[in-house]
Amino acid sequence: MSGIYRIALKLLVNDKSKFTALLVGITFAVFLMVMMMSMFSGILSKSCAPVYNIGARIWVMDPAVNNTVSSIPMPDYVLSTARSINGVKYAVPLYYGGAQVKLRNGNFQGVTVIGLDDATLFGRPELLEGKIEDIFAENAFLIVKDAEFNKLENPKLGSEFEINDNRGLVVGIAKVASSGLFGVPTLYTTFNRAITYIPSTRFTTSYVLIEPKSETDIPRIQREIAKLGYQALTREQFVKKISDFYTFKTGMGMNILLMTTISFIVGLSISGQTFYTFILENLEKFGAMKAIGAKGRELISMIMFQAFFTSLIGYGLGVGAASSFMMLAKLRMPDYAAQITFTILAFALVMVTIIAGVSSYIGVRKVLQIQPFDIFRG
Amino acid sequence: MDDCVIRASNLEKWFGEGEARTQAVKDANFEAHYGEMLYIVGPSGSGKTTLLSMISGILKPNGGQVTIEGRDLWAMTDDELADLRLNKLGFVFQDYHLFPRLSTVENVAIPLILKKMEWNQALRLALEYLQIVGLKDRAELQPVNLSGGEQQRVAIARAIVGQPDILIFDEPTASLDGDTGRKIVEFVKTNILNEKRCIIIVTHDSRIYEYADRIMKMEDGKITGLENNHLNEK
Repeated sequence: MSGIYRIALKLLVNDKSKFTALLVGITFAVFLMVMMMSMFSGILSKSCAPVYNIGARIWVMDPAVNNTVSSIPMPDYVLSTARSINGVKYAVPLYYGGAQVKLRNGNFQGVTVIGLDDATLFGRPELLEGKIEDIFAENAFLIVKDAEFNKLENPKLGSEFEINDNRGLVVGIAKVASSGLFGVPTLYTTFNRAITYIPSTRFTTSYVLIEPKSETDIPRIQREIAKLGYQALTREQFVKKISDFYTFKTGMGMNILLMTTISFIVGLSISGQTFYTFILENLEKFGAMKAIGAKGRELISMIMFQAFFTSLIGYGLGVGAASSFMMLAKLRMPDYAAQITFTILAFALVMVTIIAGVSSYIGVRKVLQIQPFDIFRG
Repeated sequence: MDDCVIRASNLEKWFGEGEARTQAVKDANFEAHYGEMLYIVGPSGSGKTTLLSMISGILKPNGGQVTIEGRDLWAMTDDELADLRLNKLGFVFQDYHLFPRLSTVENVAIPLILKKMEWNQALRLALEYLQIVGLKDRAELQPVNLSGGEQQRVAIARAIVGQPDILIFDEPTASLDGDTGRKIVEFVKTNILNEKRCIIIVTHDSRIYEYADRIMKMEDGKITGLENNHLNEK
């Protein structure tokens, strides 16, 4: 390390109270920013979980649908028309809805029921126990073993339950890539059983899932579906639609943005103020260094080094604290919706860099203003 | 050989403009030589510090010329001036201006660090100069743990560690009691001054006049006298 940076480091670290205040401020700000964004990211990820779990390339839905849960049933001709569109390899119906399961202890538990196309079982989950063909047995259901599994009293193969006054039988324990947002267990069954067991409107198809013959067929499929007054979205488009809904139409995005901004301002205020005080306390010494022969750019680089060093340490501590907190939370609550992504890390790093930049700018201005003559004049 | 190290010609400095204009230094002419200890004395506000700042490349004059070893000081760029101060001049400030969070030896090493000397080598050399000023055993202490006289000696060690030709002292005894002040200046005269070095001291402490080779008097921004110090004649 260059000598002047070593001096800068010693000046900073040896002032323990200010260095601690700077670290605490930046760490706290990073912790809050990362937590906020990670929670939001986790919520978005879980809200889109069914789209990824079922894995269809194209989802056909009513244009008013803005997330998987609030599906609007469509008439059967949508499925028939979809199958007839040139470029469609296959199209299948999907039922997606909610029901109440009566447990053996008499309590009711809300569940999500996904009804898979009887002919193809397209979108079926990976089985941990049981055989997939058993789903065609009488009253058969697959239960997803995720964070919500225990809410159904940890059923086993052969366990029975009551769903909307119908008997249900567990024939398979399944797993999916990601569990849903609303903290309810997920049951899979066939499309026909789902619409039989669960009261529904005149129309029964929640979604039509389409596999195109090739990527180039997608625009045509979307145009043809649009002519019916419905919407065909690719997986990515549906995920974006859901994300946009939670971000812009629920107030959640604005709240997260506000909290992240407040965290940033808190961090900036604490570190800016503390760093400014630190510079003020050493201002005459920096002036003396100028008189001795230090060049302006050397002093600037010292101050920037101090600001960025503190910020990066604070960034590491903040990310570490947020990760630890999330890890502990997930130990207690497996369905805790928070995830740190590279985008979040990069965003937090940018914010910390801005904090460091602004803090050092304030310091640099003061140091450049001080003239060696002021030191002589006293 | 010409032993003139600093030559100031017709130096002028004023602050402010219009009615608020204050003339700090008027038509100052003098020379400083190697091997001498030159005092600039005068009452507060007489322009001593302003003159000192102009001849050490810190404050640009409004008129006149300063040469150091024949080089026009104020024709230099900012970087050249900084390099000149780093390599040719050593400063001892009135309030010492030691970094309180650095150890004594690290404070002394600062000019060497600015000269890009390797850290450990700079500390070794700084330690040698602390030994010269008699503070080797205080090397690891922070300045706050030193007495005023010791801090002054640390500042002297910092000023001379880069082996400058010109040493500038600004009110070196202002923060010290009379006895300590005299000892410090006597130490400087005996151990730091040599025929290849010029020491300029700004002071209004008459108790240390006896150590000056020449005394330049200032009043109201003008040099009112420059003469050999009879107190110092052997």
